[in-house]
Amino acid sequence: MGKVGIIGVGQSAFVRGYPGSIRELAFEGFKEGMQDAHITAKDIDASVICSAPEYDKQRSPAGVFAEYFGLTPQPTFYVESLCSSSSMGVRLAYSLIKAGLHDVVAVVGFQKMSEISSAESQERMGRGADIQWESPFGTMMPAYYAMYARAHMAKYGTTSDDLALIRVKAATYGQINEKAVYRKAVTFEMFSDPESPMSNPVASPLRVGDCCANADGSSCIIVASEEKAKALCKKPVWILGLGAASTAVNMAGRELFTGLTVGEQAGEQAYKMAGVTTKDIDVAEVHDCFTIAEMMAYENLGFAKPGEGKDLIKSKETYKEGSIPVNVDGGLLSKGHPIGATGGSQIRTIVLQLRGEAGEMQVKDPEIGLVHNIGGVGLYGNVTILGR
Amino acid sequence: MGKKKKEVDDRFKKFGTVTFTSITKINDFIDQLEQGKVMGTRCKECGLVFFPPRADCYQCLKSDMEWFEVTGKGKLVSYSKLEFAPVGFGDDLPYAIALLDYGDYKVFGRIADSVPEDEIEVGMQMETVANTLPNGQLNYVFQKA
Ligand SMILES: [Zn+2]
Repeated sequence: MGKVGIIGVGQSAFVRGYPGSIRELAFEGFKEGMQDAHITAKDIDASVICSAPEYDKQRSPAGVFAEYFGLTPQPTFYVESLCSSSSMGVRLAYSLIKAGLHDVVAVVGFQKMSEISSAESQERMGRGADIQWESPFGTMMPAYYAMYARAHMAKYGTTSDDLALIRVKAATYGQINEKAVYRKAVTFEMFSDPESPMSNPVASPLRVGDCCANADGSSCIIVASEEKAKALCKKPVWILGLGAASTAVNMAGRELFTGLTVGEQAGEQAYKMAGVTTKDIDVAEVHDCFTIAEMMAYENLGFAKPGEGKDLIKSKETYKEGSIPVNVDGGLLSKGHPIGATGGSQIRTIVLQLRGEAGEMQVKDPEIGLVHNIGGVGLYGNVTILGR
Repeated sequence: MGKKKKEVDDRFKKFGTVTFTSITKINDFIDQLEQGKVMGTRCKECGLVFFPPRADCYQCLKSDMEWFEVTGKGKLVSYSKLEFAPVGFGDDLPYAIALLDYGDYKVFGRIADSVPEDEIEVGMQMETVANTLPNGQLNYVFQKA
Protein backbone atom coordinates (compact mmCIF):
# COMPACT_ATOMS: atom_id res chain seq x y z
CA MET A 1 0.00 0.00 0.00
CA GLY A 2 1.43 3.37 -1.04
CA LYS A 3 1.85 6.65 0.73
CA VAL A 4 -0.86 9.25 1.25
CA GLY A 5 -0.15 12.83 0.31
CA ILE A 6 -1.60 16.32 0.58
CA ILE A 7 -2.01 17.93 -2.84
CA GLY A 8 -3.86 21.10 -1.98
CA VAL A 9 -4.42 23.41 0.98
CA GLY A 10 -6.71 26.36 1.49
CA GLN A 11 -7.99 28.66 4.18
CA SER A 12 -10.39 31.56 4.37
CA ALA A 13 -9.32 34.67 6.22
CA PHE A 14 -10.18 34.19 9.91
CA VAL A 15 -12.51 37.07 10.78
CA ARG A 16 -15.03 38.30 13.29
CA GLY A 17 -18.62 38.24 12.02
CA TYR A 18 -18.22 36.69 8.57
CA PRO A 19 -20.68 38.43 6.23
CA GLY A 20 -22.14 35.29 4.64
CA SER A 21 -23.71 31.92 5.35
CA ILE A 22 -21.84 28.83 6.51
CA ARG A 23 -21.79 27.26 3.05
CA GLU A 24 -20.30 30.46 1.63
CA LEU A 25 -17.73 30.61 4.41
CA ALA A 26 -16.76 26.97 3.84
CA PHE A 27 -16.57 27.59 0.08
CA GLU A 28 -13.77 30.13 0.62
CA GLY A 29 -11.45 27.53 2.13
CA PHE A 30 -12.59 24.85 -0.32
CA LYS A 31 -12.05 27.09 -3.35
CA GLU A 32 -8.51 27.95 -2.30
CA GLY A 33 -7.70 24.30 -1.65
CA MET A 34 -9.04 23.24 -5.06
CA GLN A 35 -7.21 26.05 -6.86
CA ASP A 36 -4.03 25.18 -5.00
CA ALA A 37 -4.39 21.54 -6.14
CA HIS A 38 -5.38 22.62 -9.67
CA ILE A 39 -8.26 20.19 -9.70
CA THR A 40 -12.01 20.33 -10.18
CA ALA A 41 -14.92 18.74 -8.32
CA LYS A 42 -14.92 15.69 -10.61
CA ASP A 43 -11.44 14.78 -9.31
CA ILE A 44 -12.75 14.43 -5.75
CA ASP A 45 -14.01 11.00 -4.74
CA ALA A 46 -15.38 11.88 -1.30
CA SER A 47 -15.63 14.79 1.10
CA VAL A 48 -15.20 15.04 4.87
CA ILE A 49 -16.84 18.03 6.55
CA CYS A 50 -15.67 19.00 10.03
CA SER A 51 -17.05 21.35 12.68
CA ALA A 52 -18.14 21.54 16.29
CA PRO A 53 -21.92 21.23 15.95
CA GLU A 54 -22.87 23.40 18.92
CA TYR A 55 -22.26 26.48 16.79
CA ASP A 56 -24.20 25.27 13.76
CA LYS A 57 -27.88 25.88 13.18
CA GLN A 58 -27.68 23.64 10.10
CA ARG A 59 -28.16 20.01 10.97
CA SER A 60 -25.79 17.65 9.17
CA PRO A 61 -23.87 20.25 7.15
CA ALA A 62 -21.98 17.63 5.12
CA GLY A 63 -24.78 17.10 2.64
CA VAL A 64 -25.43 20.82 2.28
CA PHE A 65 -21.77 21.57 1.56
CA ALA A 66 -21.30 18.61 -0.79
CA GLU A 67 -24.09 20.01 -2.92
CA TYR A 68 -22.72 23.59 -2.74
CA PHE A 69 -19.21 22.39 -3.65
CA GLY A 70 -20.46 20.28 -6.58
CA LEU A 71 -19.34 17.12 -4.80
CA THR A 72 -22.55 15.15 -5.23
CA PRO A 73 -23.20 12.27 -5.77
CA GLN A 74 -19.91 11.32 -4.13
CA PRO A 75 -20.18 10.20 -0.49
CA THR A 76 -19.69 12.81 2.20
CA PHE A 77 -18.89 12.35 5.91
CA TYR A 78 -19.33 14.59 8.92
CA VAL A 79 -16.58 14.43 11.56
CA GLU A 80 -16.63 16.07 14.97
CA SER A 81 -14.03 16.09 17.73
CA LEU A 82 -14.46 19.67 18.94
CA CYS A 83 -11.38 21.82 18.22
CA SER A 84 -9.51 18.94 16.57
CA SER A 85 -12.32 18.06 14.14
CA SER A 86 -10.41 18.77 10.94
CA SER A 87 -7.28 16.89 12.05
CA MET A 88 -9.59 13.98 12.75
CA GLY A 89 -11.09 14.58 9.29
CA VAL A 90 -7.63 14.21 7.74
CA ARG A 91 -7.16 11.00 9.72
CA LEU A 92 -10.43 9.70 8.28
CA ALA A 93 -9.39 10.73 4.75
CA TYR A 94 -6.08 8.92 5.22
CA SER A 95 -7.84 5.72 6.26
CA LEU A 96 -10.37 5.90 3.43
CA ILE A 97 -7.52 6.21 0.96
CA LYS A 98 -5.40 3.53 2.61
CA ALA A 99 -8.40 1.21 2.59
CA GLY A 100 -8.62 1.71 -1.16
CA LEU A 101 -12.17 3.06 -1.02
CA HIS A 102 -11.27 6.49 -2.41
CA ASP A 103 -8.30 8.12 -4.15
CA VAL A 104 -8.84 11.84 -3.58
CA VAL A 105 -10.67 13.20 -0.53
CA ALA A 106 -11.43 16.85 0.32
CA VAL A 107 -11.40 17.64 4.05
CA VAL A 108 -13.20 20.90 4.76
CA GLY A 109 -13.30 22.31 8.29
CA PHE A 110 -15.34 25.33 9.20
CA GLN A 111 -16.86 27.27 12.05
CA LYS A 112 -19.01 30.32 12.02
CA MET A 113 -18.83 31.12 15.70
CA SER A 114 -20.91 34.23 15.10
CA GLU A 115 -23.72 32.02 13.71
CA ILE A 116 -25.29 32.13 17.14
CA SER A 117 -25.80 35.17 19.38
CA SER A 118 -23.29 35.90 22.09
CA ALA A 119 -25.91 35.00 24.72
CA GLU A 120 -26.44 31.63 23.02
CA SER A 121 -22.70 31.21 22.81
CA GLN A 122 -22.35 31.98 26.53
CA GLU A 123 -25.00 29.40 27.30
CA ARG A 124 -23.24 26.76 25.18
CA MET A 125 -19.94 27.59 26.82
CA GLY A 126 -21.48 26.50 30.10
CA ARG A 127 -22.16 23.09 28.58
CA GLY A 128 -18.66 22.61 27.26
CA ALA A 129 -17.66 19.92 29.72
CA ASP A 130 -19.35 17.05 31.57
CA ILE A 131 -22.87 18.47 31.79
CA GLN A 132 -23.97 16.06 34.50
CA TRP A 133 -21.15 16.54 37.00
CA GLU A 134 -19.05 19.61 36.15
CA SER A 135 -21.09 22.17 34.23
CA PRO A 136 -23.51 22.64 37.19
CA PHE A 137 -20.54 24.20 39.07
CA GLY A 138 -20.23 26.94 36.41
CA THR A 139 -17.23 25.84 34.37
CA MET A 140 -15.66 27.41 31.30
CA MET A 141 -12.84 26.48 28.93
CA PRO A 142 -10.42 29.15 30.22
CA ALA A 143 -10.96 28.01 33.82
CA TYR A 144 -10.09 24.40 33.00
CA TYR A 145 -6.89 25.40 31.21
CA ALA A 146 -6.23 27.76 34.13
CA MET A 147 -6.29 24.74 36.43
CA TYR A 148 -3.61 23.15 34.28
CA ALA A 149 -1.64 26.39 34.38
CA ARG A 150 -1.92 26.57 38.17
CA ALA A 151 -0.77 22.95 38.54
CA HIS A 152 2.15 23.57 36.16
CA MET A 153 3.17 26.66 38.11
CA ALA A 154 2.93 24.82 41.44
CA LYS A 155 5.02 21.88 40.25
CA TYR A 156 7.58 23.57 38.01
CA GLY A 157 7.72 27.21 39.04
CA THR A 158 6.36 28.39 35.70
CA THR A 159 5.11 31.98 35.96
CA SER A 160 2.48 34.16 34.35
CA ASP A 161 5.37 36.10 32.80
CA ASP A 162 6.56 32.92 31.08
CA LEU A 163 3.09 32.44 29.64
CA ALA A 164 2.96 36.05 28.47
CA LEU A 165 6.08 35.43 26.38
CA ILE A 166 4.16 32.84 24.37
CA ARG A 167 1.50 35.40 23.53
CA VAL A 168 4.11 37.95 22.54
CA LYS A 169 5.60 35.40 20.13
CA ALA A 170 2.18 34.57 18.67
CA ALA A 171 1.47 38.25 18.03
CA THR A 172 4.85 38.69 16.37
CA TYR A 173 3.70 36.36 13.61
CA GLY A 174 -0.01 37.22 13.73
CA GLN A 175 1.00 40.67 12.52
CA ILE A 176 2.49 39.27 9.32
CA ASN A 177 -0.24 36.68 8.64
CA GLU A 178 -2.79 38.38 6.43
CA LYS A 179 -5.36 35.69 7.29
CA ALA A 180 -5.11 36.23 11.06
CA VAL A 181 -8.02 37.80 12.95
CA TYR A 182 -5.69 39.56 15.43
CA ARG A 183 -3.04 41.53 13.54
CA LYS A 184 -1.84 43.78 16.36
CA ALA A 185 1.37 43.60 18.35
CA VAL A 186 1.27 42.38 21.93
CA THR A 187 4.08 43.47 24.22
CA PHE A 188 5.24 41.86 27.43
CA GLU A 189 4.57 45.15 29.25
CA MET A 190 0.85 45.03 28.37
CA PHE A 191 0.39 42.10 30.74
CA SER A 192 1.32 44.27 33.72
CA ASP A 193 -0.44 47.40 32.45
CA PRO A 194 -3.87 47.71 34.11
CA GLU A 195 -4.92 49.96 31.21
CA SER A 196 -4.32 47.16 28.73
CA PRO A 197 -7.10 44.59 28.21
CA MET A 198 -4.36 41.94 27.95
CA SER A 199 -3.83 42.18 31.72
CA ASN A 200 -7.48 41.61 32.67
CA PRO A 201 -8.06 38.43 34.67
CA VAL A 202 -10.32 35.82 33.06
CA ALA A 203 -9.85 32.77 35.26
CA SER A 204 -6.83 32.90 37.53
CA PRO A 205 -4.00 32.64 36.68
CA LEU A 206 -4.99 33.22 33.02
CA ARG A 207 -5.55 36.72 31.67
CA VAL A 208 -7.19 38.00 28.49
CA GLY A 209 -3.79 37.94 26.80
CA ASP A 210 -3.47 34.22 27.54
CA CYS A 211 -6.62 33.37 25.58
CA CYS A 212 -7.14 32.87 21.84
CA ALA A 213 -9.59 34.86 19.77
CA ASN A 214 -12.92 33.50 18.54
CA ALA A 215 -13.27 33.75 14.77
CA ASP A 216 -15.23 32.61 11.76
CA GLY A 217 -13.24 30.67 9.22
CA SER A 218 -12.80 27.63 7.01
CA SER A 219 -9.95 25.42 5.88
CA CYS A 220 -9.46 22.76 3.23
CA ILE A 221 -6.97 19.91 2.88
CA ILE A 222 -7.01 17.78 -0.30
CA VAL A 223 -5.68 14.31 0.50
CA ALA A 224 -4.70 11.81 -2.22
CA SER A 225 -3.27 8.35 -2.79
CA GLU A 226 0.41 8.21 -3.79
CA GLU A 227 -0.43 7.47 -7.41
CA LYS A 228 -2.93 10.32 -7.69
CA ALA A 229 -0.73 12.70 -5.73
CA LYS A 230 2.19 12.13 -8.08
CA ALA A 231 -0.04 12.46 -11.14
CA LEU A 232 -1.82 15.62 -9.98
CA CYS A 233 0.75 17.52 -7.95
CA LYS A 234 4.33 18.72 -8.47
CA LYS A 235 5.10 19.11 -4.77
CA PRO A 236 2.97 16.69 -2.74
CA VAL A 237 3.54 16.74 1.01
CA TRP A 238 3.34 13.26 2.49
CA ILE A 239 1.53 12.21 5.64
CA LEU A 240 4.30 10.37 7.49
CA GLY A 241 2.67 9.78 10.84
CA LEU A 242 -0.70 10.06 12.56
CA GLY A 243 -1.64 9.79 16.21
CA ALA A 244 -4.94 10.19 18.05
CA ALA A 245 -6.05 9.71 21.64
CA SER A 246 -8.84 10.50 24.10
CA THR A 247 -9.22 10.74 27.86
CA ALA A 248 -11.83 11.29 30.57
CA VAL A 249 -13.96 14.37 29.98
CA ASN A 250 -14.33 14.82 33.73
CA MET A 251 -11.26 16.27 35.50
CA ALA A 252 -11.89 13.76 38.30
CA GLY A 253 -11.14 10.94 35.87
CA ARG A 254 -7.67 12.23 34.96
CA GLU A 255 -4.21 11.61 36.35
CA LEU A 256 -2.03 14.34 34.85
CA PHE A 257 -2.61 18.08 35.39
CA THR A 258 0.71 19.52 34.23
CA GLY A 259 0.32 18.23 30.68
CA LEU A 260 -2.20 16.70 28.30
CA THR A 261 -2.00 12.91 28.07
CA VAL A 262 -3.75 12.96 24.71
CA GLY A 263 -1.06 15.21 23.23
CA GLU A 264 1.67 13.00 24.61
CA GLN A 265 0.05 9.77 23.41
CA ALA A 266 -0.90 11.08 19.96
CA GLY A 267 2.65 12.43 19.61
CA GLU A 268 4.24 9.09 20.52
CA GLN A 269 2.05 7.28 17.99
CA ALA A 270 2.81 9.76 15.24
CA TYR A 271 6.58 9.75 15.88
CA LYS A 272 6.59 5.95 15.85
CA MET A 273 4.56 5.68 12.66
CA ALA A 274 6.72 8.27 10.91
CA GLY A 275 9.91 6.69 12.20
CA VAL A 276 11.19 10.05 13.43
CA THR A 277 11.96 11.62 16.78
CA THR A 278 11.44 15.05 18.28
CA LYS A 279 14.75 16.34 17.00
CA ASP A 280 13.79 15.56 13.39
CA ILE A 281 10.97 18.12 13.53
CA ASP A 282 11.94 21.32 11.71
CA VAL A 283 8.74 23.31 12.22
CA ALA A 284 5.60 22.75 14.29
CA GLU A 285 2.07 23.98 14.76
CA VAL A 286 0.73 23.28 18.24
CA HIS A 287 -2.69 23.86 19.76
CA ASP A 288 -2.31 27.18 21.61
CA CYS A 289 -5.95 27.89 22.51
CA PHE A 290 -4.35 29.28 25.67
CA THR A 291 -0.71 30.13 26.33
CA ILE A 292 -0.43 27.29 28.85
CA ALA A 293 -1.58 24.87 26.13
CA GLU A 294 1.46 25.76 23.99
CA MET A 295 3.74 25.42 27.02
CA MET A 296 2.38 21.94 27.74
CA ALA A 297 2.65 21.00 24.05
CA TYR A 298 6.40 21.78 24.10
CA GLU A 299 6.77 19.27 26.90
CA ASN A 300 4.26 16.66 25.71
CA LEU A 301 5.87 16.52 22.26
CA GLY A 302 9.39 16.32 23.65
CA PHE A 303 10.58 19.75 22.46
CA ALA A 304 11.37 20.37 26.13
CA LYS A 305 11.54 18.13 29.19
CA PRO A 306 8.59 18.33 31.60
CA GLY A 307 8.82 21.66 33.41
CA GLU A 308 11.36 23.12 30.99
CA GLY A 309 8.91 24.55 28.46
CA LYS A 310 9.49 27.96 30.02
CA ASP A 311 13.18 27.83 29.13
CA LEU A 312 12.33 27.13 25.49
CA ILE A 313 10.22 30.28 25.16
CA LYS A 314 12.58 32.41 27.27
CA SER A 315 15.47 31.53 24.98
CA LYS A 316 13.27 32.17 21.92
CA GLU A 317 13.99 28.70 20.55
CA THR A 318 10.40 28.49 19.30
CA TYR A 319 10.74 31.66 17.23
CA LYS A 320 11.26 31.39 13.47
CA GLU A 321 15.05 31.48 13.79
CA GLY A 322 15.13 29.11 16.78
CA SER A 323 15.88 25.40 16.96
CA ILE A 324 12.20 24.40 16.85
CA PRO A 325 9.95 27.11 15.39
CA VAL A 326 6.40 26.79 16.75
CA ASN A 327 3.26 28.59 15.55
CA VAL A 328 5.08 31.04 13.33
CA ASP A 329 1.73 31.84 11.67
CA GLY A 330 0.38 33.49 14.84
CA GLY A 331 -1.11 30.31 16.29
CA LEU A 332 -4.66 30.13 17.55
CA LEU A 333 -3.80 33.03 19.87
CA SER A 334 -3.46 35.57 17.05
CA LYS A 335 -4.66 33.79 13.92
CA GLY A 336 -7.92 32.94 15.68
CA HIS A 337 -9.64 29.67 16.53
CA PRO A 338 -12.71 28.86 14.41
CA ILE A 339 -13.09 25.44 16.08
CA GLY A 340 -13.76 23.11 13.15
CA ALA A 341 -11.37 24.93 10.77
CA THR A 342 -8.39 25.03 13.11
CA GLY A 343 -6.71 21.68 12.45
CA GLY A 344 -6.91 22.18 8.69
CA SER A 345 -5.43 25.66 9.06
CA GLN A 346 -2.53 24.26 11.11
CA ILE A 347 -1.91 21.54 8.51
CA ARG A 348 -2.05 24.15 5.74
CA THR A 349 0.62 26.20 7.50
CA ILE A 350 2.97 23.21 7.73
CA VAL A 351 2.32 22.19 4.12
CA LEU A 352 3.19 25.72 2.95
CA GLN A 353 6.31 25.65 5.13
CA LEU A 354 7.45 22.32 3.66
CA ARG A 355 6.82 23.59 0.15
CA GLY A 356 8.82 26.73 0.92
CA GLU A 357 5.78 28.90 0.22
CA ALA A 358 5.18 30.48 3.63
CA GLY A 359 6.38 33.92 2.58
CA GLU A 360 7.46 36.18 5.42
CA MET A 361 6.74 33.37 7.89
CA GLN A 362 8.99 30.90 6.09
CA VAL A 363 11.32 28.84 8.25
CA LYS A 364 14.67 27.97 6.66
CA ASP A 365 14.37 24.83 4.51
CA PRO A 366 12.21 22.53 6.71
CA GLU A 367 11.88 18.88 5.69
CA ILE A 368 9.62 17.48 8.40
CA GLY A 369 6.82 19.31 10.17
CA LEU A 370 4.40 18.44 12.97
CA VAL A 371 0.81 19.45 13.71
CA HIS A 372 -0.56 19.07 17.25
CA ASN A 373 -4.30 19.69 17.52
CA ILE A 374 -6.31 19.27 20.72
CA GLY A 375 -10.10 18.95 21.11
CA GLY A 376 -11.82 20.29 24.23
CA VAL A 377 -9.74 20.58 27.39
CA GLY A 378 -7.29 17.87 26.40
CA LEU A 379 -10.22 15.55 25.71
CA TYR A 380 -9.10 14.61 22.20
CA GLY A 381 -5.59 14.84 20.75
CA ASN A 382 -4.37 14.51 17.18
CA VAL A 383 -0.79 14.72 15.98
CA THR A 384 0.07 14.66 12.28
CA ILE A 385 3.63 14.50 10.96
CA LEU A 386 4.24 15.67 7.41
CA GLY A 387 7.26 15.50 5.16
CA ARG A 388 8.39 16.52 1.68
CA MET B 1 -33.58 2.64 44.17
CA GLY B 2 -35.53 3.52 47.34
CA LYS B 3 -37.68 6.67 47.32
CA LYS B 4 -41.41 6.63 46.71
CA LYS B 5 -42.62 6.14 43.19
CA LYS B 6 -42.92 9.20 40.96
CA GLU B 7 -44.11 9.42 37.39
CA VAL B 8 -40.81 10.98 36.37
CA ASP B 9 -37.92 10.75 38.77
CA ASP B 10 -36.13 13.99 37.95
CA ARG B 11 -34.48 14.59 41.32
CA PHE B 12 -31.12 15.32 39.73
CA LYS B 13 -32.39 18.68 38.50
CA LYS B 14 -31.57 19.99 41.98
CA PHE B 15 -27.82 19.57 41.38
CA GLY B 16 -25.77 22.72 40.86
CA THR B 17 -26.48 26.41 40.30
CA VAL B 18 -27.81 25.53 36.86
CA THR B 19 -28.51 21.91 36.01
CA PHE B 20 -28.42 20.31 32.60
CA THR B 21 -29.49 16.79 33.61
CA SER B 22 -32.62 15.80 35.50
CA ILE B 23 -33.03 12.08 34.98
CA THR B 24 -30.27 9.65 35.89
CA LYS B 25 -30.08 6.23 37.51
CA ILE B 26 -28.08 7.64 40.40
CA ASN B 27 -30.76 10.13 41.51
CA ASP B 28 -30.34 8.93 45.11
CA PHE B 29 -27.17 11.04 45.13
CA ILE B 30 -29.47 14.04 45.56
CA ASP B 31 -31.34 12.62 48.58
CA GLN B 32 -28.01 11.88 50.22
CA LEU B 33 -26.75 15.36 49.41
CA GLU B 34 -29.89 16.76 51.07
CA GLN B 35 -28.88 14.79 54.16
CA GLY B 36 -25.44 16.35 54.08
CA LYS B 37 -23.63 13.39 52.53
CA VAL B 38 -21.53 13.41 49.39
CA MET B 39 -21.55 9.87 48.02
CA GLY B 40 -19.74 7.90 45.36
CA THR B 41 -20.43 4.37 44.13
CA ARG B 42 -18.48 1.13 44.43
CA CYS B 43 -19.05 -1.87 42.16
CA LYS B 44 -20.30 -4.77 44.26
CA GLU B 45 -18.87 -7.24 41.77
CA CYS B 46 -15.29 -6.02 41.29
CA GLY B 47 -14.88 -3.31 43.91
CA LEU B 48 -13.99 -0.49 41.50
CA VAL B 49 -14.65 2.90 43.10
CA PHE B 50 -16.32 5.75 41.24
CA PHE B 51 -16.59 9.45 41.89
CA PRO B 52 -18.61 11.02 40.46
CA PRO B 53 -20.94 8.09 41.14
CA ARG B 54 -22.10 5.97 38.26
CA ALA B 55 -24.70 3.29 37.73
CA ASP B 56 -22.62 1.01 35.54
CA CYS B 57 -19.18 -0.58 35.89
CA TYR B 58 -17.08 -0.59 32.72
CA GLN B 59 -14.66 -3.12 34.17
CA CYS B 60 -17.03 -6.03 34.79
CA LEU B 61 -20.06 -4.64 32.90
CA LYS B 62 -22.29 -5.13 35.96
CA SER B 63 -24.73 -2.50 37.19
CA ASP B 64 -24.88 -3.42 40.83
CA MET B 65 -23.42 -0.61 42.91
CA GLU B 66 -23.24 0.31 46.57
CA TRP B 67 -22.86 3.83 47.90
CA PHE B 68 -19.87 5.05 49.91
CA GLU B 69 -19.44 8.42 51.57
CA VAL B 70 -16.69 10.84 50.56
CA THR B 71 -15.04 11.45 53.91
CA GLY B 72 -11.70 12.65 55.25
CA LYS B 73 -9.19 14.87 53.57
CA GLY B 74 -8.26 15.31 49.94
CA LYS B 75 -5.29 17.11 48.50
CA LEU B 76 -5.94 20.21 46.38
CA VAL B 77 -4.68 19.33 42.87
CA SER B 78 -5.46 22.70 41.31
CA TYR B 79 -8.03 25.49 41.20
CA SER B 80 -9.02 28.59 39.26
CA LYS B 81 -10.99 31.64 40.31
CA LEU B 82 -13.41 32.77 37.62
CA GLU B 83 -14.00 36.43 36.80
CA PHE B 84 -16.53 35.58 34.08
CA ALA B 85 -19.23 32.96 34.16
CA PRO B 86 -21.54 31.19 31.74
CA VAL B 87 -25.21 32.21 31.55
CA GLY B 88 -26.99 31.56 34.83
CA PHE B 89 -23.87 31.58 37.02
CA GLY B 90 -23.21 35.33 37.10
CA ASP B 91 -24.71 35.83 40.58
CA ASP B 92 -22.19 33.35 42.00
CA LEU B 93 -19.12 35.34 40.80
CA PRO B 94 -16.37 35.34 41.78
CA TYR B 95 -16.03 31.63 42.56
CA ALA B 96 -13.28 29.06 42.31
CA ILE B 97 -13.50 25.62 40.72
CA ALA B 98 -11.10 23.00 42.02
CA LEU B 99 -10.11 19.37 42.16
CA LEU B 100 -9.35 17.29 45.27
CA ASP B 101 -7.38 14.04 45.18
CA TYR B 102 -8.50 11.41 47.68
CA GLY B 103 -6.15 8.73 46.42
CA ASP B 104 -8.69 6.18 45.20
CA TYR B 105 -10.72 8.84 43.45
CA LYS B 106 -10.86 12.58 42.81
CA VAL B 107 -13.63 15.10 43.38
CA PHE B 108 -14.27 18.10 41.14
CA GLY B 109 -16.22 20.97 42.65
CA ARG B 110 -16.02 24.48 44.05
CA ILE B 111 -13.99 25.94 46.87
CA ALA B 112 -16.27 27.33 49.61
CA ASP B 113 -16.69 31.13 49.38
CA SER B 114 -15.61 31.33 53.03
CA VAL B 115 -12.05 30.28 52.18
CA PRO B 116 -9.97 33.45 51.56
CA GLU B 117 -8.12 33.29 48.25
CA ASP B 118 -4.74 34.02 49.84
CA GLU B 119 -5.10 30.91 51.95
CA ILE B 120 -5.63 28.61 48.97
CA GLU B 121 -2.55 26.65 48.02
CA VAL B 122 -2.03 23.71 45.67
CA GLY B 123 -1.31 20.61 47.77
CA MET B 124 -3.26 21.77 50.83
CA GLN B 125 -5.64 19.42 52.64
CA MET B 126 -9.33 20.10 52.14
CA GLU B 127 -12.60 18.32 52.75
CA THR B 128 -15.77 18.00 50.72
CA VAL B 129 -19.03 19.18 52.29
CA ALA B 130 -22.61 19.26 51.05
CA ASN B 131 -23.85 22.77 50.36
CA THR B 132 -27.14 24.53 49.66
CA LEU B 133 -26.88 27.38 47.17
CA PRO B 134 -28.70 30.73 47.61
CA ASN B 135 -31.19 29.70 44.91
CA GLY B 136 -32.07 26.53 46.85
CA GLN B 137 -30.13 24.20 44.58
CA LEU B 138 -27.62 21.72 46.00
CA ASN B 139 -23.94 21.16 45.35
CA TYR B 140 -20.83 20.44 47.38
CA VAL B 141 -17.85 22.63 48.22
CA PHE B 142 -14.32 22.26 49.55
CA GLN B 143 -13.33 23.66 52.94
CA LYS B 144 -10.01 23.81 54.70
CA ALA B 145 -9.44 20.61 56.61
ZN1 LIG C 1 -17.17 -3.88 38.38
